[in-house]
Amino acid sequence: MSATLNAPPVRSGIARTLLRRPEIAVASLALVSMLAIGAINPAFWSAGNLFSLLRANVIIGILSLGVMMIMLSGGIDVSFPAFAIAAMYVTIKTMIAWNYDGVVLPFIGATAIGLLLGLVNALFVTRLKMIPLIVTLGTGTAVRGFLLGVIGVSTINIDHMPQALIGFARTDLIDVTQANGQHVGLSAMVLVYLVLALGVHLMLRHTLIGRSIYALGGGEEAARRAGFSVPGTVFFIYGLAGALAGFTGLLHGSMIWIANPHDMAGLELDVIAAVVLGGASIFGGRGSVLGTMLGVFTLVMLTNSLIIMHIDTTWQRIVTGAIVIVAAAITSWRDRGRSA
Amino acid sequence: MSDVTKRPRMWRLGRLGRIDPALLQMAGLTLLVFVVMAALNPEKFLRPYVFESITYVAPELGLLSIAMMLAMLTGGIDLSVIGIANLAGILAGLYFHAHGGSSGPGLTRMAPGPVAVGIVIALSTGLVAGAINGVLIARVRLTPILATIGSGQIFTGIALVLTGGPAIVGYPRLWGAIGNDSLWGVAIPLLVLLAAAALIGLMLTRTSFGIALKLIGTNLRAARFAGLRTARTIFLSYVLSGLLASMAGILLSARTNAAKSDYGVSYLLEAVLIAVLGGTNPAGGRGSVPGIVLALAALMLLSSGLQLLRFSNFLVDFVWGAFLLLSIALNALRNRTR
Repeated sequence: MSATLNAPPVRSGIARTLLRRPEIAVASLALVSMLAIGAINPAFWSAGNLFSLLRANVIIGILSLGVMMIMLSGGIDVSFPAFAIAAMYVTIKTMIAWNYDGVVLPFIGATAIGLLLGLVNALFVTRLKMIPLIVTLGTGTAVRGFLLGVIGVSTINIDHMPQALIGFARTDLIDVTQANGQHVGLSAMVLVYLVLALGVHLMLRHTLIGRSIYALGGGEEAARRAGFSVPGTVFFIYGLAGALAGFTGLLHGSMIWIANPHDMAGLELDVIAAVVLGGASIFGGRGSVLGTMLGVFTLVMLTNSLIIMHIDTTWQRIVTGAIVIVAAAITSWRDRGRSA
Repeated sequence: MSDVTKRPRMWRLGRLGRIDPALLQMAGLTLLVFVVMAALNPEKFLRPYVFESITYVAPELGLLSIAMMLAMLTGGIDLSVIGIANLAGILAGLYFHAHGGSSGPGLTRMAPGPVAVGIVIALSTGLVAGAINGVLIARVRLTPILATIGSGQIFTGIALVLTGGPAIVGYPRLWGAIGNDSLWGVAIPLLVLLAAAALIGLMLTRTSFGIALKLIGTNLRAARFAGLRTARTIFLSYVLSGLLASMAGILLSARTNAAKSDYGVSYLLEAVLIAVLGGTNPAGGRGSVPGIVLALAALMLLSSGLQLLRFSNFLVDFVWGAFLLLSIALNALRNRTR
């Protein structure tokens, strides 16, 4: 390494504030992008587009809450899309087999399936001391393979989907009539996302288990000496992330009216990109719910607005990849400056 | 630590004792898989065709696994290998189509000269992509996971933008020969794999670069204080990993006569699994080429055996994932009893 890299960088007041509060940096980025996209195509500011953007935040957003917690503790998770889809598909298949039509019980069931799978991750990470990336790569592949190889490969479409679930996910918060006379509604699922985010935020900031997650990310040995139970914390994080994934899976199926066991493949990359963009550090100990939500919002807005900006959607992956690299570079530069 | 205290006893056992016990265990597992598959389905499994087809299909995965192992030696990982492999095959294919037309004799009967240019294009793709990873990890100091997740998206994205989505179909006959012909009765892909494996194996055990890689993976700080040029060594390991990935891309497109931005997605887990099963420590410092080759043989025998037993590809995926978890559990138990 060259000497210049190791020397503490000189920073202006603005740069220091932006680095210390990544939320402000991401929020500024979001605002600038919104203005730019709106300038290229004013249709961006239509209620219909804004509502559909917010709706697109819900699934990635809830999944990001789980991944953010895991990254706070210094781990990473790539298994959650498989868990989410497995929980969704098994729940809906069971509902159809038992001819059951309801909302609360199925969501409890899907959440429980996700929770169990998350605990398996935790078992491998704590008891067998294996690197989280490799564990979750293994559990993700095994669960997806089991789902497709044993439970089923066929998509359940709207004709067979439980009607109560669709009805629940169709609930709107507000209804607006656009200039062209079209009715557009803001999905109530946005509220579900906000409530879950608030819950995770309060848990992280104001409970002992929340503080232990930050402590674990700061250093395992230090957390142990401070009196936190390291295995307990790890089981909690991966269990909660799994439960959130199971819940989100069923919500996703309900929102798109289709249960496709092949769905969500590769979604982990978007979610990780959003969480990293939100300022979470993969070295653990840094990250917040607000930052993550802003990261999700910005990522969803940028990738979903490619069409509005007349850019071919094949560019979506390049945009996501660039976001991961640039955001991770800034985060790593920030954390290096802090430790120097 | 334990390696140092164990060494004297291992020397006394002579040549055999110097073989890593994990390697012996792997050889035993390969044999076990073979015996079980042969016992379950002798008339279908014990046919020359089964083993011959493995020698054509396995090498591309073997190259990716060695690439993965090189990144893991320094405690990193390369999640972009599939993206690099596909991009290398696609860029070569685009060159062929531009040079000889998208079909017809101009393409299929292309002279050795332009085909060699295609190989250079593919290998350069791997070198450049690997160098990008190397700069991001060794100079910008990104975590290997995030750097290669991001760069892998970009490589795949470039492939997607260049092709617009559909596969590039149709390669010169000479290019296809790399993936489908044999030399002295041995599949050419297998010869490519064995040559690459021998070179990387010698490099890891007999050169200062290989020793430096393992030392960095064992203890980065100590390696730096010992005067090793850590950034340069890590950079080179990712360049090499990219080069191996592009070789896999050549074999894949040559064997299937096509290249697509999302081919071989399941290879990522399989490469990680083979690397870990072959005795590589994903936390760094330990890994060997013979281990990888044995693990590759065991898993290819397993998956072709399962396919002959009419397991669906999804179930084979499940078995691979379960195998990875099982091998983690066994490693953990073995380390505990030590």
